[in-house]
Amino acid sequence: MATPTLAVWKFASCDGCQLSLLDCEDELLALAGAVRIAHFLEASSAVADGPYDISLVEGSVTTAGDVARIHRVREQSGVLVTIGACATAGGVQALRNGADVEEFRRVVYARPEYVATLAESTPISAHVPVDYELRGCPISRAQLLELLGALLAGRRPRLPTHSVCFECKSRGTACVLVAAGTPCLGPVTQAGCGAICPAYGRGCYGCFGPAARADTDALAPVLRVAGVAGEDLARLYRTFNAAAPAFRAAAGRAESAAGEATDHEGGGDDPPR
Amino acid sequence: MTHRGDRALQVAGLARVEGEGAMRVRVVDGRVSDVRLEIYEPPRFFEAFLRGRRYTEPPDITARICGICPVAYQLSACQAIEDACGVEVGGAVADLRRLLYCGEWIESHALHVYLLHAPDFLGYPGVVELARDHRDIVERGLALKKAGNAILEVLGGRAVHPVNIRVGGFYRAPDRAALATLRPALRRALDDALATVSWVAGFNFPDFTHEHEMLALVEPGRYAIERGTPRTDRGLTFPVREFETHVREEQVPHSTALHAHLAGCGRYLTGPLARFALSRQWLSTAAAQAATAAGLDGGCRNPFRSIVVRAVELTYAVEEALRLIDGYEPPARSYVEVPAREGRGYGATEAPRGTLFHRYELAADGILRSARIVPPTSQNQACVEDDLRRFVQDRLDLDDRRLTHDCEQAIRNYDPCISCATHFLDLTVEREPA
Repeated sequence: MATPTLAVWKFASCDGCQLSLLDCEDELLALAGAVRIAHFLEASSAVADGPYDISLVEGSVTTAGDVARIHRVREQSGVLVTIGACATAGGVQALRNGADVEEFRRVVYARPEYVATLAESTPISAHVPVDYELRGCPISRAQLLELLGALLAGRRPRLPTHSVCFECKSRGTACVLVAAGTPCLGPVTQAGCGAICPAYGRGCYGCFGPAARADTDALAPVLRVAGVAGEDLARLYRTFNAAAPAFRAAAGRAESAAGEATDHEGGGDDPPR
Repeated sequence: MTHRGDRALQVAGLARVEGEGAMRVRVVDGRVSDVRLEIYEPPRFFEAFLRGRRYTEPPDITARICGICPVAYQLSACQAIEDACGVEVGGAVADLRRLLYCGEWIESHALHVYLLHAPDFLGYPGVVELARDHRDIVERGLALKKAGNAILEVLGGRAVHPVNIRVGGFYRAPDRAALATLRPALRRALDDALATVSWVAGFNFPDFTHEHEMLALVEPGRYAIERGTPRTDRGLTFPVREFETHVREEQVPHSTALHAHLAGCGRYLTGPLARFALSRQWLSTAAAQAATAAGLDGGCRNPFRSIVVRAVELTYAVEEALRLIDGYEPPARSYVEVPAREGRGYGATEAPRGTLFHRYELAADGILRSARIVPPTSQNQACVEDDLRRFVQDRLDLDDRRLTHDCEQAIRNYDPCISCATHFLDLTVEREPA
């Protein structure tokens, strides 16, 4: 069998997920022997024409040009894998979704007419079929190597969809939410990072996006006791996976609960969002 | 048909840079008429959606501007918010910040020197092809990069978007034993960094000098990294809080990055060449000796030799990391309390590719009213274009393929981070009739 070809594509993103591939310092040269890197602009100016056996896609779709480009990438790709929160959920730049993008453009650019952008930042799967996704902001190197190893061996990759809580248990980290009252999204966030934040005494901030069957309603009262509710809870869900359906819905419910509470108190001077 | 005096060179997808951009050069009648570094990385609107966030959030949110230099964003943000709240962070916590930043300099400089820039000088399209002929050299580069990433992982939790950084300090301060695990790899990294300086100093450099004013943070007594006062090599100096008075950003039609100029002076350069010009007297012993051996004693105004300066800074960052680890005593508390108050705060640090400025305005309840970020690549954009204009003009006898290759190399001199600047590259060279 011919050496499989690998392509890496970038859409709106910070480059951190494709850097994770170059960050596999111990495996990079072995990987470069197992695949032919046919398109990876961050690493090489040598570009080979498609089709490509494996495409890794980083970033979200935010321009009309990129809508067309992702379809061309899909057509040329055997297996298409989205890597990171931008590609799987729209990323931090999806914080524009639902906001006034025209106003955003004026805030950042003196001559907004020079800048082309879409109103919403959308995940790759909103445009083309995706074969596998790697979550995270950024992705985990271990998951990336597992995925590439599985694809090269012709088996399915092992990518858990359970919550970060399992990873805290397996590494022996005491629950920061229960033991220290630290607000934590671990119960509703997909595993894969290795539960880094709780190991550093910090609550999970959800950068791997919602776990399968994430019960954000059950977590809300627990987070309230930990001191996070209303607008603060909405902000907690609205970061790097703000447009992932389960997090978007949880943020919306937190915000409307905050609105009702404010009405009862007769306040209402919350800052505009 | 175009005749010999008219050319159009273009690169529509610059490789080995962080982010996406293009270059377009137009030659009419044997004169370079137009040079554009086009940044088409789509805008992500950070400054807009930071409004309405809590003052504790910018370190995590702005880290996502750049996966190569997230620590630069995190620490410029922390500094600006602490400034707004009237809090200063010192002692062991400040030392840990400098150590974390050394990790990022090592990782980013090793990435740029070995994976992005060296292939240009040796005639390879990338590091994979370079490794086929020089595997030991590439392995040395990867080991250096790994030593930097190890600092980020131990101290920050992970290499990309570290999680242990908060306004006021760290969520958890490491114990001495945790930092000591970093020492063996850093000792090897020091030898590798010195070998890197000798290796890159032996490359062939085009004869080219820039005439840009150079700006960097300066912290008398040591090589500025995570704090300092802006200063230029022509004697201009001002406090960080006056950055926006002196640095003016303007928008150009061909770029989603803003172009920065010094008010009343024009274009300026930030990054390793500027830092070396302003702070080399404060380099550590091994780094200073390596700089001398590499022939940098007379200073360096050749952007192509920035790879040598980067290797010297790599050496410095390794030595400095070892010094900080050896002198480390854990702080009593891993962070300083930073209560919110109404006000404006300013922060600037030296990202691997240049000065990174942040400014935030806070309401009394800690909600952000405004945010402003000036990344290094938008500051360097005018210098890159000026270099290209002069560089191409003197090399019009080269064929398009060779000239385009050399132009791409000239752009990579600046280690441009397009993801950062978007708010970058394809090369197009148009040679058309006058």
